[in-house]
Amino acid sequence: MKVSALQQSYLNRRSYSFRSSGPLDSSSDSAVKSPAAIFWLVLHGLCCLISLVLGFRFSRLVFFFLFSTSSTNFYASPFRSTAELANAFDVHSVLSTNSITNIELPLLNKTVANSRVVVGRHGIRIRPWPHPNPTEVIKAHRIIERVQKEQRLQFGVTDARTVIVITPTYARTFQALHLTGVMHSLMLVPYDLVWIVVEAGGVSNETASLIGKSGLKTIHVGFNQRMPNSWDERNKLESKMRIFALRIVREKKLDGIVMFADDSNMHSMELFDEIQNVKWFGAFSVGILANSINTDETADQKEEEETSRMPVQGPACDSSNMLAGWHTFNTLPFAGKIAVYIDDRVTVLPRKLEWSGFVLNSRLLWKDGGDKPEWIKDIDMLAGDIESPLGLVKDPSVVEPLGNCGRQVLLWWLRVEARADSKFPPRWIIDPPLEITVPSKRTPWPDAPPELPANEIPVMGIEEPIVKHSTKTRTSRSKRRS
Amino acid sequence: MGKCFWAFLFIAFGFAPSITAEHNPRTERISGSAGDVLEDDPVGRLKVYVYELPSKYNKKILQKDPRCLSHMFAAEIFMHRFLLSSAVRTLNPEEADWFYTPIYATCDLTPTGLPLPFKSPRMVRSAIQLISSSWPYWNRTEGADHFFVVPHDFGACFHYQEEKAIERGILPILQRATLVQTFGQRNHVCLKEGSITIPPYAPPQKMQARQIPPETPRSIFVYFRGLFYDVNNDPEGGYYARGARAAVWENFKNNLLFDISTEHPTTYYEDMQRAIFCLCPLGWAPWSPRLVEAVVFGCIPVIIADDIVLPFADAIPWEEIGVFVAEEDVPKLDTILTSIPPEVILRKQRLLANPSMKRAMLFPQPALPGDAFHQILNGLARKLPHQKSIYLKPGKKILNWTAGPVGDLKPW
Repeated sequence: MKVSALQQSYLNRRSYSFRSSGPLDSSSDSAVKSPAAIFWLVLHGLCCLISLVLGFRFSRLVFFFLFSTSSTNFYASPFRSTAELANAFDVHSVLSTNSITNIELPLLNKTVANSRVVVGRHGIRIRPWPHPNPTEVIKAHRIIERVQKEQRLQFGVTDARTVIVITPTYARTFQALHLTGVMHSLMLVPYDLVWIVVEAGGVSNETASLIGKSGLKTIHVGFNQRMPNSWDERNKLESKMRIFALRIVREKKLDGIVMFADDSNMHSMELFDEIQNVKWFGAFSVGILANSINTDETADQKEEEETSRMPVQGPACDSSNMLAGWHTFNTLPFAGKIAVYIDDRVTVLPRKLEWSGFVLNSRLLWKDGGDKPEWIKDIDMLAGDIESPLGLVKDPSVVEPLGNCGRQVLLWWLRVEARADSKFPPRWIIDPPLEITVPSKRTPWPDAPPELPANEIPVMGIEEPIVKHSTKTRTSRSKRRS
Repeated sequence: MGKCFWAFLFIAFGFAPSITAEHNPRTERISGSAGDVLEDDPVGRLKVYVYELPSKYNKKILQKDPRCLSHMFAAEIFMHRFLLSSAVRTLNPEEADWFYTPIYATCDLTPTGLPLPFKSPRMVRSAIQLISSSWPYWNRTEGADHFFVVPHDFGACFHYQEEKAIERGILPILQRATLVQTFGQRNHVCLKEGSITIPPYAPPQKMQARQIPPETPRSIFVYFRGLFYDVNNDPEGGYYARGARAAVWENFKNNLLFDISTEHPTTYYEDMQRAIFCLCPLGWAPWSPRLVEAVVFGCIPVIIADDIVLPFADAIPWEEIGVFVAEEDVPKLDTILTSIPPEVILRKQRLLANPSMKRAMLFPQPALPGDAFHQILNGLARKLPHQKSIYLKPGKKILNWTAGPVGDLKPW
């Protein structure tokens, strides 16, 4: 039995006021006042006595509920009209029949479909399992998707072009980390997408298994040169790999917008909407996430470039929103502390202008692209390597600035790599499971207790080793070098 | 020759639909007798005479507390200003159809900004005594062709607590006048037959300033910010909002689809534009500015207030625009909302995107065609011409001037 401490004084006062002011209650029985009043008074006294005995408030409305035989909700007397009104609303037509049957059941069986929090004058209706129903959650997400699709149809780009993404990569420790990030960004893109992944050192199973999970249309090619250890060399090789990918675009006559998504960069979703606006060759602002160690000296130099501390590379516009120049990266503050080798622990700096800040129409690359503008150089005619896509154009002033003329940063550039000799389990699956992990003697964790026990780890699949953060773990099994 | 002519006609008719078919699917016009009314122009259909009351009834009150210009009861002040410079105003009371008394009855604010209605009955009474003695038009009809703007919680009952308001009832001397109020609930003492319900005042500039690009995807399913339990006045719950808000909280606080909380975020307006449904449950009174905000920001209002009468209900087809949920169905709110077919939701969003809908809910300064001021005038115009029976024989009195609590009879 519910309603053990239901305080109904409000409702009682309300019912009194209903009776005194007629128009409130459509079904008021004001004609039978005095016997009803005496009855309620007696009942009230009885309830008070019971409350005294029981020790908590006990209301006469309990009696009302017990003896009520009507099939409507007992709160419905002033609000009964809503049930009839509800039938008029098509939203409710599905539910009105259900609601009535639900309420009939509890009164018949004396069980309650809607339990109430037993405080206050009106019960606070809580259903017995106030947790979301998974089917309804799915329905809600379908609704949200449909609404967003409609929004995109109305306000978004009308004729969306395919996005052709070029990513140079190679198998290394952090490849899974970086590539998964890029992959998930690309999976969210609402437009058609072709992902060209060029892998240094040839096609590997690692990369293939990673990108296979995306469900995107991918072209995975290998570049038969291993990735060198220094940043300079790596940048050069990556440029070569990107041009190689551009050749693929030309061969296959892919139609769309070519963008360069390096695997360690972070892309915002607005980027993909913004690049749809490009006509031939566009550039946008790229935020550089080099960790700036000397922020005090560099603060004033950076102030005039950007209001934030983060340096930004990209097009610079004059007041009439025409391309006036380029913001590039100022390497002076970092003199002497620039990383040379890939696993150096100092700042990795970008080049003057990064590839990822540029997009181009794929028709520029076609051999006989019809109405190609004459300022584009043919890829096959390139003398050497080019450091940035600006090397593809004869006249850099034809570049279209995107992202509100370079004011919006749509992409963040970052280069983070693990130590060159770091090993990682292939596909990041520890199989078979580790039996013993001991700390590495060469790089002890600074505040770890001096003695670390060697634990027996149960055979369970992937388990967290007791001492982490050392990239070398001596195991009893030999790990494949990857 | 004839054949060529018919062939030409045939081709012309074939092309014509394709030429005219470029209609914008973004908004949908509220068609039919309900929606067309929103675009009516009241100028020329009625004449309003504005009484010249001493400034102690209006300007001095506002000077004492300028906060009255920005709270949700500010409609009374802005209506006065609008009428002073409007084309429907007439300086000749003989030709006026309606008479307006500029009295700012809701402008007595506590330090925290809540209006105290205790002096309002006396103020209204004193104003009416003044106009009935200085002009003959009140006594002619005992106020039946006068209208008053009473945007308080329970309208002309002049109390914020529902029980007390019901006890008091509508002020006896306003029994024959037309009341323009925000409160509306069917079968309630404080809603008179023939009243015009208006939306509460919401600052239009603030809302326009916080618009986000319309292509921002709507990713919040249900949004609500506000109290669920009024801990100061009703700590146990069950009294405030008839327990409906507390029910929403208890049932859906763990539901990720419902973004509900009591916080006051700075991005409130922006969040509403990213939500599909906005809850508009009752509070101490059934109306709230949330309805206006939801309509302006294109969020479908989910109205949880039994028997509520929404603003301009005779001009706006609210059932087609919003979702009505009975208070007893609150535990099933998620089922109700997720079972609405997506086409219906898209249609509601298109109706909400109609700029005439948004304009009808706002009180912009200066007034624009189709805004709430004009809808009020349209409502008044629809009640014309006055029936002959409202004109009383000279000397005949219907209203009881001494009815009501004794405290109301004191002079102000």
